[in-house]
Amino acid sequence: MSITQDEITAEIEAVEADAASLVAAGGSPELHPRRDYAPYRSTRLRHPTHELVRADPEEIERVSPAFGHSDVNPLESDLTIQHSGEPIGERMTVTGRVLDGDGRPVRGQLIEVWQANSAGRYVHKGDQHPAPLDPNFSGVGRAITGDNGEYRFTTIKPGPYPWRNHLNAWRPAHIHFSLFGTAFTQRLITQMYFPADPLFALDPIYQSIADPAARARLIGTYDHSESVSEFSLGYRWDIVLTGPRATWMEGEEAHD
Amino acid sequence: MTEERLTQTPSQTIGPFFGFALPIERGSEIVPGHREGAIRLHGTVTDGAGAPIVDAILEAWQLDETGTVSQQRGALARDGYGFTGFGRTSTDLAGHYTFTTLKPGAAGRSAPYVLITVFARGLTHHLFTRAYFPEDAEAHANDKILAAAGQRASTLVSVADGRSSYRFDIRLQGEGETVFLDFDA
Ligand SMILES: [Fe+3]
Repeated sequence: MSITQDEITAEIEAVEADAASLVAAGGSPELHPRRDYAPYRSTRLRHPTHELVRADPEEIERVSPAFGHSDVNPLESDLTIQHSGEPIGERMTVTGRVLDGDGRPVRGQLIEVWQANSAGRYVHKGDQHPAPLDPNFSGVGRAITGDNGEYRFTTIKPGPYPWRNHLNAWRPAHIHFSLFGTAFTQRLITQMYFPADPLFALDPIYQSIADPAARARLIGTYDHSESVSEFSLGYRWDIVLTGPRATWMEGEEAHD
Repeated sequence: MTEERLTQTPSQTIGPFFGFALPIERGSEIVPGHREGAIRLHGTVTDGAGAPIVDAILEAWQLDETGTVSQQRGALARDGYGFTGFGRTSTDLAGHYTFTTLKPGAAGRSAPYVLITVFARGLTHHLFTRAYFPEDAEAHANDKILAAAGQRASTLVSVADGRSSYRFDIRLQGEGETVFLDFDA
């Protein structure tokens, strides 16, 4: 592995400049990452080379699976109580709302999160980072969004971790989020980051979103009103799922 | 309808380490294999070099046999009887996946299909595709997506490879590249 950070950084900057020139020429900002994003080497053989075929969603694509409180135990949103002891790390609350493009709450939908422990190690057999596992932390949480689209996880701050994209590649601290909207076309898997991480400029995954304002939407904000005295720090991160509007509403609130 | 739309949250890759978090118990069983009318929908996911992708996770989402959206609660749970239309499974060490499900009924203007969503390390954004069924050739002639896919439409049609079994290989790139869909409306 001989690719240096300087080479990767130069490639990142070249794509960002290209995206900016397209915007300057009247194009729309790139809201999602490029699928063919050379600085993230694993995209090379995994991106489609043909343009996607534009499709009008049919009914099935305009609705989502019916999740509910029977699928998820409320305790699953607290990642710090899954074992007999307290996990090591900065305890925190991550909270926010899931909204659609019109600002309406996405209620009753599934949110899943997974993350490394405070030392930057995942509970995954493929994770070879020689940092300690924490017997009191699995790093998995699930929740169902509330009536205002709100969610709340109690966890510990994940650590940065190395990966093999290039020499001395490190991921900024992040939490993986998986979300379902009101329509399957709104399905989203993404990552939430923390303010002022020095690794942002160097990371080809964060930078795969070529538009600076778009990628900044992945950074949670520190929210002192969500910090709990003598207990935890608070972060707020709202998520917007856009896509074609749902036309079919499930009448399910009564069941929960 | 309001004028101002909120800007969507960008996608990020699922990465390599979802395996301890996202798989659900018997997630590949949209119905159990022994149920009357159960079919197998399976295939291999390969990359631009033809190599199997061993760290993908796929979701299936579909109508029931009558062409209706299931409103049954509990899409993560498998009680052995209910049908919610949702499945999730990972590829194995050969890049192979399997769902057991029911053949969906026809949907509005479309021929019957299962919506398949692919997530993997190296995919900065998931990919949507549809698995149609070979015996519906007549309906395929009037399907808008198959028409829009043109010469590549055959990549959207599964192949019957046994009794109640359909093979739907997914090639992310290169020779025989699968048609992927963009639903932005
Ligand atoms: Fe990660």
